[in-house]
Amino acid sequence: MLNALWLIPAAPFAGFVVNGLFGKRAGKSFVSAVAILGSLLAAIFGTVAVFQYHALYPHGERYVDLVYNWFSSGNVGADVAFQLDPLSVVMLLVVTWVGFLIHVYSVGYMHDDTGYFRYFAYLNLFLSEMLILVLGSSYLVMFVGWEGVGLCSYLLIGFYYKTDYAPAAGTKAFVLNRIGDFGFLIAMFLMFAYFGSVDFARVSQLAAGGGVEPWLLTAICLLLFLGATGKSAQIPLYVWLPDAMAGPTPVSALIHAATMVTAGVYMVARSNVLYRLAPDAMMVVAVIGGATALFAATIALRQWDIKKVLAYSTISQLGFMFIGVGVGAFSAGVFHLVTHAFFKACLFLGSGSVIHAMSGEQDMRSMGGLKTKIPHTYRTFAIATYAIAGLPLASGFFSKDEILASAWATPYFPTVGKIVWALGTIAAFCTAFYMYRLLYLTFDGKFRGTHEQEHHLHESPSSMVVPLWILAILAIFGGLLGLPEIFHAPNFIGSWLAGAVPEIPGAHHLIEIPAGSEWTVMIVSTLIALAGWWVARSMYKDKQLDTDRAIEQRVPGLARAVENKWYVDEFYGATVVGPLKQLSIFFWRIVDGIIDGIAAMLGYIVAGIGDLLRFFQTGNVRNYALMLFAGVVVFIWIFT
Amino acid sequence: MNWNDVAVLLPEIIVTIGASLLLLGPFLRRKPRPAGMSLGLGAGQPAEVSTGDESAKWWMLALLVITAISLIGVSWAAEGLALSAGFSQMFALDAFSIFFKLLFIVVIAMVALLSDDFLRESRYSAWEYYSLLGFALCGMMFMASGVNLITIWVGLELMSLSSYILAGYYKNEEKSTEAAMKYFILGAVSSAILLYGISLIYGVCGSLNLMDIEKSLSTLISNDALMFGIMLLAAGLCFKVAAAPFHVWTPDVYVGAPTPITAFLSTASKAAAFAIFARIFYSALHDFHLDWSNVLATVSALSMIVGNLAAITQTNIKRLLAYSSIGHAGYVLLGIISLSDWGIRGILIYTTVYVFATLGIWATILMMRRHEYAGEEIDDFEGLSKRAPFWAFAMVIFLLSLGGIPPTAGFIGKYYLFSAAIEAGYGWLAIIAVVMSAVSIFYYFKIVVAMYLREGKEADMVITRPLQVVGAVALAVTLIFGVLPAPLITQVEQSSHWMATRAAVPHVGR
Amino acid sequence: MIPTTWFLILGAILFSIGVCGVLTRRNGITIFMSIELMVNAVNLTFLAYARQFNQLHGLIFVFFIMAIAAAEAAVGLAIFISLFHHRETIDVDEANLMHW
Repeated sequence: MLNALWLIPAAPFAGFVVNGLFGKRAGKSFVSAVAILGSLLAAIFGTVAVFQYHALYPHGERYVDLVYNWFSSGNVGADVAFQLDPLSVVMLLVVTWVGFLIHVYSVGYMHDDTGYFRYFAYLNLFLSEMLILVLGSSYLVMFVGWEGVGLCSYLLIGFYYKTDYAPAAGTKAFVLNRIGDFGFLIAMFLMFAYFGSVDFARVSQLAAGGGVEPWLLTAICLLLFLGATGKSAQIPLYVWLPDAMAGPTPVSALIHAATMVTAGVYMVARSNVLYRLAPDAMMVVAVIGGATALFAATIALRQWDIKKVLAYSTISQLGFMFIGVGVGAFSAGVFHLVTHAFFKACLFLGSGSVIHAMSGEQDMRSMGGLKTKIPHTYRTFAIATYAIAGLPLASGFFSKDEILASAWATPYFPTVGKIVWALGTIAAFCTAFYMYRLLYLTFDGKFRGTHEQEHHLHESPSSMVVPLWILAILAIFGGLLGLPEIFHAPNFIGSWLAGAVPEIPGAHHLIEIPAGSEWTVMIVSTLIALAGWWVARSMYKDKQLDTDRAIEQRVPGLARAVENKWYVDEFYGATVVGPLKQLSIFFWRIVDGIIDGIAAMLGYIVAGIGDLLRFFQTGNVRNYALMLFAGVVVFIWIFT
Repeated sequence: MNWNDVAVLLPEIIVTIGASLLLLGPFLRRKPRPAGMSLGLGAGQPAEVSTGDESAKWWMLALLVITAISLIGVSWAAEGLALSAGFSQMFALDAFSIFFKLLFIVVIAMVALLSDDFLRESRYSAWEYYSLLGFALCGMMFMASGVNLITIWVGLELMSLSSYILAGYYKNEEKSTEAAMKYFILGAVSSAILLYGISLIYGVCGSLNLMDIEKSLSTLISNDALMFGIMLLAAGLCFKVAAAPFHVWTPDVYVGAPTPITAFLSTASKAAAFAIFARIFYSALHDFHLDWSNVLATVSALSMIVGNLAAITQTNIKRLLAYSSIGHAGYVLLGIISLSDWGIRGILIYTTVYVFATLGIWATILMMRRHEYAGEEIDDFEGLSKRAPFWAFAMVIFLLSLGGIPPTAGFIGKYYLFSAAIEAGYGWLAIIAVVMSAVSIFYYFKIVVAMYLREGKEADMVITRPLQVVGAVALAVTLIFGVLPAPLITQVEQSSHWMATRAAVPHVGR
Repeated sequence: MIPTTWFLILGAILFSIGVCGVLTRRNGITIFMSIELMVNAVNLTFLAYARQFNQLHGLIFVFFIMAIAAAEAAVGLAIFISLFHHRETIDVDEANLMHW
């Protein structure tokens, strides 16, 4: 298997091809069989490869499977190659198995949809691209996957294209991701220009070898992080993710919670050598992560749409991951990525089950009292909520705690680290609060929907419930992968990932957390999480909606600002999209000869729009000729 | 002149004779046509479709195959010579020209296939049409091989005159005639400017041969007449490749011309213009790189900015592609500005890759062609993913390639060009290029959105066999050279080797 | 002997007159004649240089230019005739179906 790592992404890709070509004519059972087989094969291949890899390289060396030389010229080139190292092993297992579970879940969830084959074809393509992303051995191969998952994401966000908001949401995701990808591309060009390579190991080696100017490393790191803010929905490019909830719910679970959006975290962890050599860039990552964690958590406090709450929660949790990788605790960031994949996938799938039961209703104000109606969904949802809230001994508790403790103890920027810790801790309070608000409003109290909805309430089929339970179990026990040092228990994931964070001269290695501060941080976050839960419980468990009405009456302005997501969308609309459109129209009009040559251009600027109509003699060949000659004159003028 | 010279010229001779014979096509049939048909822009045309026109396509393809075979044969015979120049150094059969000639032949064959459906519907004579395409091909082949400004210019004019007529081929349609008129007037003006540039260069160097020009420039210090000459020459060439600010004709002509001819103008004719652009600036004018590079850098930046920004708001897909092609001209100019082995490779790779992706797009557009001018708005693409999933997917690949997203071939081309620019110290230009290709994805994505995220109209499509062939070839090339570019790169390295070494010759004079 | 520079200056003047003609006239044929004037200015320049160098190349190029200009005229006139069919005028300002 190790000699043919390409088979792992190839399996779901084959599923995509088969379903894309024949799915329309074939039946639903055929489509789902092909799709599930594709994802299952990827998972099995991946697992086998991991075991073989571990047997051969027990210390976490890097294994590269060169497929072929992509292109090379002189001493610069790039290979199509896949690699296994501790980091990609973790990602591989999470992506394939969570992906597989969500494929299974989708069979039940999408059962009545007309675009069944399209959905599974896209989903398989996504899985394939995601595997290319995590297995690629260079930034370039990673970028291929990066663009591929993006494309699938836009297509799946816009899946319900008959609604008016879904295509718009897809376009928005696309636009914001372009800005991020631009950063990624420039960073790659800088690497090509200064290192002559984009291979992970080669770039790390050259960067660590010394003699590289600090500004260059900082620039590369910041540009890469710009890419990460787009893909992983961080400030300032996060606004697409809440809208992305327009897609089918399993897609939200797989792409917009568990896998694709964590690609940015993966990239930063992957580039840990570069980042550790550029502490300024790390600080930016940590601060942005902390700010995003808190900011998104506050927005989630007052959302009514069940998926919107989870979307903002995802942004906030991604912020936690960036705190982790930003303060230098790369394994903690990745650990949180893993646990988050478990409990957030479980929550999203659970919300999908709720929506399924509610015949498509997503507003929590119409829910309530579902506890007894859909018991499996309720139990799994409660477990996952417990985990994400960071309550003791569940997975989120350990991973979040390790991140916050690392932020407290970071050797890179001790003062800023404390501030980031504070941001994260407040965000953790909000997390516990909004998650329990969601749980109580949905499952407790009395049913607030219509009679018809109440009549239709039903538990989901077993193809949906089984994945829920598996994920819920993982959400509880996933934390055992990374127990903190003070428990004197092995930290599997930490020691495993240590292999991906090589020691380099002139930079810190792993973060040493003193036992005292570890205890302090752990106790503080436990108390904080408990406080969040307790406040939510006292406010919502019995009173339900009355509380929010009361809040609105007491502090109307702030509540409205939070409810309207701090007006960020409006800000973007006014400052970015509008002027760009204006500029485009400006160029479009001028260039095509509406305006009579350069003289008229001046006239346009001076006389303004009023006189513009006079120059609407379009498509005139003599004006074109004038531009030609003007061009020649400008040529000679530049020249001399 | 000896027989060797004639042998070197064999493919061109075949094309010329073949294209002339195609003109006689209508007389080969039993029932003679009414008079007036043998003039491309004559008055009348017959009312009913004649079956004789069907065979024209096959004759044309046969001609192209023979030409390709003779070209390959001749190039084998001439192997070993780095540069075999015949006819008193007027005409060279080198690896560079062979690369481009083969590309031209393939592209013309694909354009001929694209035209099939159009000709059947439009009821104009297919024989003249293919004959004109043949003459245009002949001109392009001379352009690729010309090492003397006379040859180059005559080839250029032969191509241009044929394309003026072809742009106005839809003579019942006023738009088409208007496009031809605009193209003709502006083309003639630019040709005059180009000629003036050539005459000044001739006056300074005393020769029209590129090698002699190079020699005399290597000992020359900058002088005004020469600078004027180079600038005018560059302006004329920029017109042909549709680089801003000489791009004004492009949108109108692309929209007005019959769609297959737009495909021809945006691919073959552009590639040919870049071939001579590269040849002249790499092999003759490289010593004055410092002087012309800044001007061309401005042109390149302007083309990328204007082309891509203006394309954003377009709703007509032909116009959109016209603006986008202006942007692409800007990218290719990076290769000329950087004047290095990477640059010339980039030009060759990008031209190839761009040509195929663009032809694929035109094939897809033609599939939706209903009644002469329909199928041109972006709206017409709505719901294509439902109506023709395969071609919608192919369209996505073509657009990704134009946008330079890996693993499509367009990425490899952009990679070479942008790296060349960075290497040559034009980092700012490379940044503009990256920003503008990011912008270009916006309007390409508009088409993807229409195809995948919009409710489709119930319009039927004409997916004919020739269009399928063109689309499939373009798709295969775009994907294969994206995933496995090594063969293309090896070929390009060989083909551009000589030119790259010319560019590296140090300047003696200053 | 008249110095070459004089011919060159005359050529430049003729070329500029041609440019002005293209820019100011609206009749298609007149525009085309102006273009021909530009081309002939180039011919004059070539001839002047060829005389100075006492060389054949320039002269040969002039013949080519003349031949191609004739072909160009044929194509151009055909296009204008076609335009006339549609509009009954060859005023180029009238032809602006396509814009922005």
